Amino acid sequence: GTMRRLLGGLPRRLPRRFRAGFSTRVHEESPPILERDPTLKRTGDVRYSDELITLDPTQIPDVPAYRVMDESGNLLHPQRNYGLSTDKLVEMYEIMGEVMVVDHVFMQAQRHGRISFYMQNTGEEAIQVGSAAALEDKDHVFAQYRELGVYLSRGFDMQQVAHQCFSNVHDFGKGRQMPIHLGASHLNLHTISSPLATQLPQAVGASYVLKRRGEGACVICYFGEGAASEGDFHAALNFASTMDCPVIFFCRNNGFAISTPTHEQYRGDGILSRAHGYGMAGIRVDGNDMIAVYEATKEAREYAVSENRPIIIEAMTYRRGHHSSSDDASAYRCDKELKWWQTNNDPVARVRMHLESLGAWDSDKEAELRQLHKKKVMKCLNAAEKAQKPPMSDLFNDVYAEMPPRLIRQKARLDEHLAKYPDDYKLGKFASEDVYKSSK
Amino acid sequence: SVEATTRIPYPGETAPEHTPTNEQIVGQGINCKPNMRLKDKLLLVLGCIIGAAVLFFHGGHGYMLSSSAGMTRGVSVHSRGSNLKTPFSHAYHQKMMMMMTHHPNRDCSHSHSHSQRVGAVAPELLAPPTKPDFSEPRFMWQALREAVDEEMERDPNVMIMGEDVGHYGGSYKVTTDLYKKYGELRVLDTPICENGFTGMAIGAAMTGLRPIVEGMNMGFLLLAFNQISNNCGMLHYTSGGQYKVPVVIRGPGGVGRQLGAEHSQRLESYFQAIPGVQLVAVSTPRNAKALLKAAIRSDNPIVFFEHVLLYNLKDEVGGPDEVQSLEHAEMVKEGKDITILTYGRMRYTVMEAVKTLQAKGYDPEVVDLISLKPFDLHTIKKSIEKTHKAIIVEECMLTGGIGASLSSEIHERFFDTLDHNVVRLSSQDVPTAFALELEAATIVQPEQVVAAVEKVMTATST
Repeated sequence: GTMRRLLGGLPRRLPRRFRAGFSTRVHEESPPILERDPTLKRTGDVRYSDELITLDPTQIPDVPAYRVMDESGNLLHPQRNYGLSTDKLVEMYEIMGEVMVVDHVFMQAQRHGRISFYMQNTGEEAIQVGSAAALEDKDHVFAQYRELGVYLSRGFDMQQVAHQCFSNVHDFGKGRQMPIHLGASHLNLHTISSPLATQLPQAVGASYVLKRRGEGACVICYFGEGAASEGDFHAALNFASTMDCPVIFFCRNNGFAISTPTHEQYRGDGILSRAHGYGMAGIRVDGNDMIAVYEATKEAREYAVSENRPIIIEAMTYRRGHHSSSDDASAYRCDKELKWWQTNNDPVARVRMHLESLGAWDSDKEAELRQLHKKKVMKCLNAAEKAQKPPMSDLFNDVYAEMPPRLIRQKARLDEHLAKYPDDYKLGKFASEDVYKSSK
Repeated sequence: SVEATTRIPYPGETAPEHTPTNEQIVGQGINCKPNMRLKDKLLLVLGCIIGAAVLFFHGGHGYMLSSSAGMTRGVSVHSRGSNLKTPFSHAYHQKMMMMMTHHPNRDCSHSHSHSQRVGAVAPELLAPPTKPDFSEPRFMWQALREAVDEEMERDPNVMIMGEDVGHYGGSYKVTTDLYKKYGELRVLDTPICENGFTGMAIGAAMTGLRPIVEGMNMGFLLLAFNQISNNCGMLHYTSGGQYKVPVVIRGPGGVGRQLGAEHSQRLESYFQAIPGVQLVAVSTPRNAKALLKAAIRSDNPIVFFEHVLLYNLKDEVGGPDEVQSLEHAEMVKEGKDITILTYGRMRYTVMEAVKTLQAKGYDPEVVDLISLKPFDLHTIKKSIEKTHKAIIVEECMLTGGIGASLSSEIHERFFDTLDHNVVRLSSQDVPTAFALELEAATIVQPEQVVAAVEKVMTATST
């Protein structure tokens, strides 16, 4: 009224840019995210204390690993139901057996020069088969290289593994990747890439797409505790957490990264302790207990999909084999330690003893299974070895979506050269283009 | 159904009232019908009344007024019959157009609020075209933005991610306000980790999206080199063709004005060796827009080089359907004396030198490489067969630059056609100093181009 008339032409309110408090410059048009979601921490959101507290990590107890059965396969809580029927357990046990026999035979094959390279999964069968059983087909898998059981569980059969290891014409990857770097897009199994931890940010990207699609699928990303030292690990977890991506970061903490033991790899409480730093949930599980791994993965999957949040699972286990066929583990670890794990905490043995306690397995069945597997793997190995290599003409395909002129020229020069010196290149080993087309 | 705007108002226009929320956009894409606002509906009714009145009073020779589907794109006014006996002048016609179209005040009085939003940017730099008339010149950053906007509208799988691309609108304004139209899931602000978000883009691309990765500066892509070289370029091949990686990795590179050594990197040659990627370097708003559209539509991973000093270049651009081949060079100026091969900002250095050269009586032919991998050897061949001499003017370093590999290609292929060895004008093999004079001495200047051309012409004239 009067005041207003007296003030005359003065502005009623100060222009926005002079208002005190939070800068409005950036947020003029739309409210910032912080105002929309009160659960997120704002800059300056801090509680104060008059006591100087120094956080001492040695005072924080290590998180124990969850297990469901002891080393002899006896359930710690026999009355609990873990959602795995006896038939399903037997099926999973058989896949573990497949992993074992492939490992054994293919490593021998490498030593005999039949394949150039191999990496074993010894000691980690429970992690692979247990976690894969908890996933659905629509979930995408990004792996490192020690996840054969995951691939076998998802339908990537033994014969195809053999084809890939021999880099022959039937390989889905067309003979272009190292042995055991498996990939099958129709099974949502992403082709393995050698550099460590590169799959972690990629898994975040894929989970971002799945979240957008809203189909209730998640991504599981496997890696070792050594790979978790890479920068990509930090990038991926930070991204997944800030962007709310449904991804399970599954760490196989198997004690070694080639020759580097865990106490030289990190000083914190394993990889799980890092989850807190990213504002992420986490589970630690006994990696040699297949049922516990199954349950943990199932729980994590439900969490990831329903909350659209990432979660870490750290599975504690022991790498009983060499890092790869190029490694000799006896150079850096003592036999006593290895023998201890073999005798006292074998994931396959624990499941077998559990099945025996249920009356669903016995030594006859065991012998029968081993025979069956041995026959199967030899058949696969021989068939893969006999098959021809992918045609030379395929060397320049798939570098780009369409072959560019430069590669056409290079290919023509190579063809000319090979036509001139066929014997020097053992061209009989390579399939012709027609064979190649019919085998696809 | 989702209410969405049809077009981002240019800076200075009033913002749309409704921003689609993330929940609305997820799973829906942007295949939404444009929505007419009340103001536009009233204008339409008014226009109809006036149109009816015109027709009533002036029979069949009246102006025909028609409206297009979206009022915010303006109304096209067709005139029929110029032999009118009416007093309707051209000025009145203009005024009618003004009433029917929806555009902001021409003096851009709203621009100051936007300039506050993107930091201290002078209002004249934000002066927008008043409607998307593609013959009107626009800044390169606007051209790139249009390309991203059009492609994101055309294909819901396209998304853009990088540091500060969302609310901030991008360090070079290329994504200004796109988050308002497409939401924060498709215009994604990422934490500071180049390897992280490049890896994320590759994973998303393998799972069906077509991401555009914006590097704040191409020099930072050194941190993403592992993902680009080992995965982006390789995964289509090593997966046996099962997974494709249709990403576009774009950003500004090159020597700016005193940005310091780390921000003046020229990484074109580092990426050139990677099998499986394509490299494109843009130089004008027109080719920037057309090439970015083509790159987004391509199934190959493209590393897309812009230049820090070219973002405020103003020129015409093409329409939503104009795409340019990613593998062809551009003929800048035809000539017969000597071939000058260049790319990026050096195109302008060369054209500056060409003025002097023409005054001296030379007739150089200037070819803008555009495609750095693969080189457009067809165009280069035709040019060299005409002129028999070539010089390369580049911003890369002398050792191991783009010019080094191009020079060897030309010598190997066109040795017999050449009258003189290929002369390479490149930057000095030093980190780019901060001091202005030192920086200028590091890169190629027009005088050097003139001197080189004169030297070659003199040597071959005998």
